Amino acid sequence: MLFKTITRENFKKMVEALMEENEVIGPKARDLDTEGKKIYRFLKLNSFEELEMDYTRSYSSPKNYFLPFKEDLAVYDLHDKGWDQDIHYTIHPRVIIGMRACDINALLKLDQVMAKSVYPDPYYFARRRNTLIIGLDHEPLEDCFCRSMNADTAFHGFDLFLTDIGKDYFAAINSDTAYMILNRFDAKDVTKEDQFLYKKVKSRIESKFKTQVTITILPELMDLEFESEVWKKWGDKCLSCGSCAMVCPTCYCYGIEEDIDLDFSMAVKRKFLYSCNLLDFATVAGGHNFRPRADVRLKYRYYHQFRGFVEAFNQSLCVGCNRCGKACLAGISPKVVIDDLIETEKR
Amino acid sequence: MSLKIPRYDINLEPSMSKHPDFNRKSILMHTQSGFKSEIIAIVPLTAHEKLFHIRICDPCERENFAFLPGQFVMLELPGCGEVPISISSSSSNKEFIALCIRKVGKVTGMLHRLKPGTIVGIRGPFGTHFPMEKMVGHNILLIAGGLGIVPLRSPIYWVNEHRSDYGDITVMYGAKEPGQILFGYQFEEWRRIYGLNILTIVQNAGKGRQGKEGIITDLFDDIDIDSDNTFAVVCGPPVMFKFVCAHLSKSGLPRQRMFVSLERRMHCGMGKCCRCNVGSTFTCLDGPVFDYWTVMNLKEAI
Repeated sequence: MLFKTITRENFKKMVEALMEENEVIGPKARDLDTEGKKIYRFLKLNSFEELEMDYTRSYSSPKNYFLPFKEDLAVYDLHDKGWDQDIHYTIHPRVIIGMRACDINALLKLDQVMAKSVYPDPYYFARRRNTLIIGLDHEPLEDCFCRSMNADTAFHGFDLFLTDIGKDYFAAINSDTAYMILNRFDAKDVTKEDQFLYKKVKSRIESKFKTQVTITILPELMDLEFESEVWKKWGDKCLSCGSCAMVCPTCYCYGIEEDIDLDFSMAVKRKFLYSCNLLDFATVAGGHNFRPRADVRLKYRYYHQFRGFVEAFNQSLCVGCNRCGKACLAGISPKVVIDDLIETEKR
Repeated sequence: MSLKIPRYDINLEPSMSKHPDFNRKSILMHTQSGFKSEIIAIVPLTAHEKLFHIRICDPCERENFAFLPGQFVMLELPGCGEVPISISSSSSNKEFIALCIRKVGKVTGMLHRLKPGTIVGIRGPFGTHFPMEKMVGHNILLIAGGLGIVPLRSPIYWVNEHRSDYGDITVMYGAKEPGQILFGYQFEEWRRIYGLNILTIVQNAGKGRQGKEGIITDLFDDIDIDSDNTFAVVCGPPVMFKFVCAHLSKSGLPRQRMFVSLERRMHCGMGKCCRCNVGSTFTCLDGPVFDYWTVMNLKEAI
């Protein structure tokens, strides 16, 4: 990998230049929470000033620029002789600034399913290939457990990854496009001093992780503790609202609905993100529900993340951002559920 | 100098200009582009089931479409919805595929109102198939309950067309009432021409009906299973699997020679929507045909 440094002033110029000719997405303060703290979201930037380089955590993840909440998969023109199908893929380039290492790792996991596995998804693939990603390091928050999930650092999956080392940004470069852009804004070669500062920042970040989750035996534990009371305990609290899946950077399950115009001339096939916690997730035609209870659905959410995905791709699906824990109205977070599971094992 | 990020047009990928071939799973293709197909015949079977003969309109797509017994397709009625339906015809029939559909939900309800000539879309084939090649030289026991006979019709056609490759073929079929027996009109042909041993049983025989009354496992009394030389294929309602598979295990049949075909909710057929999640995997990718050893390792599969 190649490395450069860029000054803050030049970085500002770079972002502004990118904004002139491309759609640029970045963390923006959207609202205030009850404690008066800013709530962030990844949104289209209109000026450099809107970009919050010191943001803590975006409420929902930037995955929705790759997997939108709603998306038209096909449009049908209905006529006397049948119908014609029209399919469009997103092909306009986009820049996302400020993605965290966990969110980039989340994208790599989504790549496994959506781009590198069987039946590559053209809708995802087109968006992914048209997005330039500029990552950004940060000090972990109180409840970040990405380190336990091996998602606290990113080595690929981005074009550019920035670390604030004081007066400059230290940039890891992963694509030719990013290299060319960076060089246009007077990026400097890395000095011994820069390297020293970079390593210092990295080890400071490493030392600040407070939350730890043990997942080494989790795949086995999911089977051993399948009938555990822990699922009932947390499942009874679960409101089956699906908020966790909406904010999760890796949840990708969805549903399909088809709509028809009142005059029967047009129809549309629409994909919408779903959640395995929602009541009718596994209901088949005729009314039989394979997962009628909230605790069973909650269990399968974990089962997929820490067992099913591990079986398929040798890694857990969770990246440890704890967005689901924050969004959950019932106070269910992976940390407490997994700790509980491990505790029952100890008993 | 421009800072425009280069534009990547997925449509220019060479594989995207070809007819989608769902058997070539790793190729980038228009995954939502179904084959336009015409319903060429609709055969009412019972009050709730109809058999649809569906022919892919484009000759090239029709020629390329190839499936193996046990696989399914996603059948789409634009504007109404898309449903997974297992193929119920011979895999050597290149002219049309047969789908037997029970009127049970929104899409199937609408399908039952259609007339021949309607254009629908199909994507597929998807999923795993019965290991017809591995079964060569063995006896096969095909066990179906109710609508479960539908996916088994495809392996039955296969066996009939390759009759000398296989030993004794026994079809055990249970239904609730005599009027709900599907494809009964074909049994005589299968018996007389292909020498299949077909045993049927109904739960409520009603007045004056000849034949057996009881549940599917009662039929085991009438047959001997050569456990060293037999493959079993089971398909039926969820409750049936447990009893039938337990009985087969007891008779000494190895779990890897017992195959079941499962059913779950599906929205994509391609392992993306997660709706058909069963245990640690998905019914659309690793199923619908699973061997019984795998099923035992999948939580709550049956």
